[in-house]
Amino acid sequence: MSLAPLLIPWAAALALALPLLAGAACFVVGGRAAATLALGVAVLSSAAGIVLTAGVEADGVQRLALAGWAPPLGIVWRIDGLAALAVALTGLIFAAVLVHAEKSLDLLRGEGLSEAFRPLALVLLGGLNALYMANDVFNLYVTLELVTLAAVGMVALAGDPAAALRYLLVGVLGALAYMLGCGLLYAAFGTLDLDLLAGRVEPGGTASAALALMIVGVMAKGALFPLHGWLPPAHGSAVAPASALLSGVVAKGGFYVLLRLWLDVYPATGAAPAAAQILGVLGTLAVLWGSLQAIRQTRLKVLLAYSTVAQLGYLMVSLPLIASAAGHASGLAGALHLMASHACAKAAMFLTAGSLIATRGHDRLADLKGAAHDHPMTAFTLGLAGMTLMGLPPSGGFIAKWLLLDASLRSGQWWWAAVILGGSLLAGVYVFLAVSWSMSRPPGEPSDAQPPPLPRRLEFAALALALVAMALGFVSAEHIP
Amino acid sequence: MMFILLGAVLFALGLYGAFARRNVVLKLVAVNIASSGVFLVVVSVAPPLPDGGTDPLPQALVLTGIVISVAVTAFGLALARRLGADEGRATLDDEEETS
Repeated sequence: MSLAPLLIPWAAALALALPLLAGAACFVVGGRAAATLALGVAVLSSAAGIVLTAGVEADGVQRLALAGWAPPLGIVWRIDGLAALAVALTGLIFAAVLVHAEKSLDLLRGEGLSEAFRPLALVLLGGLNALYMANDVFNLYVTLELVTLAAVGMVALAGDPAAALRYLLVGVLGALAYMLGCGLLYAAFGTLDLDLLAGRVEPGGTASAALALMIVGVMAKGALFPLHGWLPPAHGSAVAPASALLSGVVAKGGFYVLLRLWLDVYPATGAAPAAAQILGVLGTLAVLWGSLQAIRQTRLKVLLAYSTVAQLGYLMVSLPLIASAAGHASGLAGALHLMASHACAKAAMFLTAGSLIATRGHDRLADLKGAAHDHPMTAFTLGLAGMTLMGLPPSGGFIAKWLLLDASLRSGQWWWAAVILGGSLLAGVYVFLAVSWSMSRPPGEPSDAQPPPLPRRLEFAALALALVAMALGFVSAEHIP
Repeated sequence: MMFILLGAVLFALGLYGAFARRNVVLKLVAVNIASSGVFLVVVSVAPPLPDGGTDPLPQALVLTGIVISVAVTAFGLALARRLGADEGRATLDDEEETS
């Protein structure tokens, strides 16, 4: 394939510039034109991601020096399999959520909200695409800030301003810690480029301190335990399509940056293996605490938000596996599978929550009775996406957990296998809670009254995402470099 | 060296303030103090260039940081205003989760 050198720069530039420009345009034009534009841009961004994936598959990892300036002076984008797949999948999820949001936002909160939703969603998409391709610690900081600002806007759109402010404050403090780490890295090693850092970083106090500051910073941004406190109120109170984007995609942003640092900078710092184990223990606590809190909830959206805390915990558990030599390959593949399948499944579940709220006016679990009778497809979607959270075969979550189990046994860290299995059991409990309420009969005689109508596109948008989460179970891990 | 220490102290002060203060506006002020501390450290920790000049890159980083900090503060203040308008309070006290 000789097309790749020509196509890849265009596809990458498109994935970044198009959403940002369209986001600005959506402020000016409104109505149907803006709706079509937003959806088209999300689809194009996903298509660009597919082109990038094909290019990486054919020609290996691509590095683009912006404006021809090589590092350390210039800025480089690195497009590897991880970045390319992330761009493709993110575009897909945004497209499904936008389809849902066009109808559901008006049903949920009255006319006009989708006008404000579109620009925010597009800026968020542009920021995320830039985040995936960034190959320099400072660019990661800038793009993470862009994502946070748009995400806080989404929370504030119709949610609780206090939750939005708490999110903003935690995000800013995390960003400051991260920037301090960037400054220390640059002072000690004279570059911010991840590839150059991987070669230049020497073990020592400065490198460890810088990395520790950066990791704490992204943990705050990415709601990784114990800095997750802002997530459940923010994701639970935001309007459902916004929660789908936040919990599905944005929540992985922090971990994505952590993973980049973990793969490139961490091995060079010569940090003790204990550091990785500590992160794994924090992940374990996240799995336990998030799942137990999810089981206790009485509202569907808050239940889903706590489940996100637990699922992010699995990603942290994968870090000690990735750091070990024997478990590196399958640990990394498992983490990527988990990110991808959870992103689709959680977005699908928040969309179903949105559909149910649109017809019933609330999301109290106890009042979901009869939902499966009224809207069988929506209840089916909830269960299908739930299978991925639990890790039942043949879902994407199953492959992810299988790979993580494989990594933990290969590297002789059997205790993480226990965490992964125990967490799946807890996930089974809270998914069952949500599904069983929707399946149970409403009290009293069955009435012949027509159930409140639910627009078809709401059901199909969520179902499509749940099916993608399921289909990821059939993608072999070898295709993810 | 003095500037690095001063920056670290400012960062610590701001961090403490952001958690200890209850009023949202004071929290935002504290965050700004913390970011000034970070900026001071980043500018002063970089070694000079071989020819004795100042390395411009950390300054570029800090300039970007300042821009982001201004945007975040403006956004935070707008949210604080809405918090006041909607709920008549200026604190983030943990209450019953609102829906």
